[in-house]
Amino acid sequence: MIRIEHINKRFKKLQALEDINAEFHKGQVISLIGPNGSGKTTLIKLILGMVRPDTGKILVDDKLIDNDPVYRQKIGYMPQIGRYPDNMKIGQLFKMLMQIRNKEEVSLDKALIEQFELEKIFEKPMRTLSGGTRQKVSAAIAFLFDPPILILDEPTAGLDPLASEILKEKIITEKEKSKLILITSHILSDLDDLTSHIMYMQEGKMLFLKEIEALQEETGEVRLGKAIARIMKGEKLTSEWIDKMLQKKSDERII
Amino acid sequence: MIKLSKYVLYDILRSRIILAYTLFLFIVSLSMFQMEENSSKAMLSLLNIVLIVLPLISLVFTTIHYYNSYEFIELMLSQPLSRTRILLSEFVGVSISLLSAFFIGAGVPVLLFAANDTGFALLFAGGALTLVFTSIAFLAAVYARDKARGIGFALLLWFYFALIYDGLVLLILFSFSDYPLEKLTLVLSALNPIDLGRIFIMLRMDIGALMGYTGALYKDFFGSGSGILFTVGIMMLWVVLPLWLAVRKFKRKDL
Amino acid sequence: MRIILTIILTSFLLPSAGRTIIVGPNQSIRSLKKGIEQAKDKDSIILLAGVYKEGSITLTKSLTITGQNNPVLDGENKYEILLISGKHIIIRGITFLNSGYSAMNDFAAVKLVDCSNITIENNTVRNAYFAIHISNTAFAVIRNNRIIGSPLSEQMTGNGIHLWKSKNATIEKNSIQGHRDGIYFEFVTRSLIVDNQSEKNIRYGLHFMFSNDDSYYRNTFRNNGAGVAVMYSKKVTMAGNHFEQNWGPSSYGILLKDITDSDIRLNTFYKNSVGIHMEGSSRIVIQKNSFDENGWALKIQASCDDNVFHYNNFTGNTFDVGTNGTMVLNEFINNYWDKYEGYDINRDGIGDVPYHPVSMYSMIVQQNPYALILLRSFTVSLLDKAEKAIPSLTPEHLLDNKPMMKQITL
Repeated sequence: MIRIEHINKRFKKLQALEDINAEFHKGQVISLIGPNGSGKTTLIKLILGMVRPDTGKILVDDKLIDNDPVYRQKIGYMPQIGRYPDNMKIGQLFKMLMQIRNKEEVSLDKALIEQFELEKIFEKPMRTLSGGTRQKVSAAIAFLFDPPILILDEPTAGLDPLASEILKEKIITEKEKSKLILITSHILSDLDDLTSHIMYMQEGKMLFLKEIEALQEETGEVRLGKAIARIMKGEKLTSEWIDKMLQKKSDERII
Repeated sequence: MIKLSKYVLYDILRSRIILAYTLFLFIVSLSMFQMEENSSKAMLSLLNIVLIVLPLISLVFTTIHYYNSYEFIELMLSQPLSRTRILLSEFVGVSISLLSAFFIGAGVPVLLFAANDTGFALLFAGGALTLVFTSIAFLAAVYARDKARGIGFALLLWFYFALIYDGLVLLILFSFSDYPLEKLTLVLSALNPIDLGRIFIMLRMDIGALMGYTGALYKDFFGSGSGILFTVGIMMLWVVLPLWLAVRKFKRKDL
Repeated sequence: MRIILTIILTSFLLPSAGRTIIVGPNQSIRSLKKGIEQAKDKDSIILLAGVYKEGSITLTKSLTITGQNNPVLDGENKYEILLISGKHIIIRGITFLNSGYSAMNDFAAVKLVDCSNITIENNTVRNAYFAIHISNTAFAVIRNNRIIGSPLSEQMTGNGIHLWKSKNATIEKNSIQGHRDGIYFEFVTRSLIVDNQSEKNIRYGLHFMFSNDDSYYRNTFRNNGAGVAVMYSKKVTMAGNHFEQNWGPSSYGILLKDITDSDIRLNTFYKNSVGIHMEGSSRIVIQKNSFDENGWALKIQASCDDNVFHYNNFTGNTFDVGTNGTMVLNEFINNYWDKYEGYDINRDGIGDVPYHPVSMYSMIVQQNPYALILLRSFTVSLLDKAEKAIPSLTPEHLLDNKPMMKQITL
């Protein structure tokens, strides 16, 4: 569904992304992980067309995303920090998005709106909302149009445990509809039971993109969090392991 | 586009700044007509408002608005909307709000007290200058990296058009005083929308005849039908050109 | 006895009253020419209503010709209508229409040559080349005539009331429009121009040259191509006149050129490109005039000296004073300037700091007329403010040391 070819992106002195190549398919839940500043958000913004690559191509459903914004109809996006026009009311926000997408009421997926009980606060302007509520709104928007691709940037950060659970349930439901779900996160334990693939990034480079079972096998850790933590700690063993992974990358990149 | 502009407009109206601006214009123009016993003197004072305050407000307001609606723009970018459409919607929304502020705030008093040739010229020039400087402000805002720079850049542009440019014209007139300069001054005036607006209005005022003092060219030219066409055309160019450049930059910009 | 008395009486009265001859379409005398032919000095002719096309009529006898119910003398665009050369002649109540045009001669509806004591009053002149043309005449009274030209080009149109080499003339209560110059004086002395209205003439409302000891009072000169020009004369008095709306590239309320020892007072200058333009003029007292909404209230060339400006009101002018030099040989004192921003601590009604009537921008425009394109620009007003704080370009000594705080009641 999404294909990324030789993407390079430079912000002034910082090489944000360096020769990224990847392919994501439907039915996959990809955890995009890496330390802060590793280029996760930039990659997501590239896919969404908010940031333009210096070189390289991104294809969604075999179509270049350069100029035609229509492909974004297939994507539901939940940003890391949901920022919305201060004076707009929640209800208006939803109404506006519906108008933009020209969707029929019936085809909408209002599950999250209901479960988060957002309808009760439809009359509240966005500026009065807490960070958590904003996240709920962001999540509801991402799923609203029942898109085949979901991109969730730190989805559970800032959500209370209950809401977090609701969201996770929702992700699982969508996964079963064999959608492509791309999640960035650094709270790894959250994602254990959802994830099918891990994409690991560091300093703008993609270190690996692997099936979770393969990863567990190689690190000897059952729990995903621990497996990743071992890599992140930068132990000697781990860096050797990374070297090994990098060597393998050329033939294993496309899963 | 209209759908989006509607929300931009709604957002601006909720901020009340535009209402304050309308009120300011209304009170100032009304008190001018009340204070001066003859309406042509009031028009002269209004001329200064239109030539100095209007561009300044348009520039600063638009720039601040652009940065304040960054979230909105981000949100729109994750939707299936083209960047051109997003920026143009912003432009239309801001223009409509600034124009209505001007036409209600200054237009109503002018129509009440001076519904004549000069009055209409003033309203036309005011409307045109609002559009021109909104467009220029978008260009400045899109090119500048952050809010402070954007506003600084906008102020600098205002300073240039309202003040420095005329100083330069004066310098040129003196440096080349041995040559016939009628045509040159005509061209120079077209290169600054504020000058163009000023001349356009003044030639419809009594003092306009004074400008015929140096030779009938100014009066003949700007007073004639082709002069009006010229003014309208150049003003249009001043709206379209910066906006086009802004859109071009905006399309390539990383957000 | 009665007969003798009658004879005495009639012989006494007749020479002064004369006979009365009636000319009219239904009378025994049907043409004015014939009437004049039959008349003797001091007779009166009454011209009844009707249109008379008699070509050129010459009058040398001392007659009074009075029109009744608007008789019309039509020159058919070919003839000079009435040519007068004589004395003690009165022409009144006649409409002169369509006098001819000639490039060689100054054809006129009424022409006076070598006359004295002539009165032309209550007549209407329409569509004439020259309307009333007077030369070498003394004691002419031109009163209450309506003169309406049909302006073509400057060359194709003559003057309304034209006087050349005359003296002791009185031009009173006439209204003149659509001619080249409304009233034209050349070598005319000791004459009076009062209560006339001269407007919409192609060139000057009043054109005045080499004419000394003349006065004009209470005239209105409005909307003439170039305003009023007064040149090469001495001892001219102008008072209570209105100079209005003489707008244009070279249009003046008054253009004073080589005028000396004159008096300009209580006039109103309203909406002229230039209120008074002076060159080569000296010893003129300009007082109690009001200058309102002119482009320049005054333009004084450096060639002027010893002129005094006092008790004038300057309001709403774009520029108060323009000048082309820095020499200051004229005096400004006790005028009211609406642009004055000084204060009056001792409350004597006179500002405590002097006023500089010449603005920076007016100097700039004087030097470089194209700079007028920057009129009312923000930059220019800032320049003016800066110059006021630190004068550098404007003539330092051209100032009103005692500016009035309040408008002067005139």
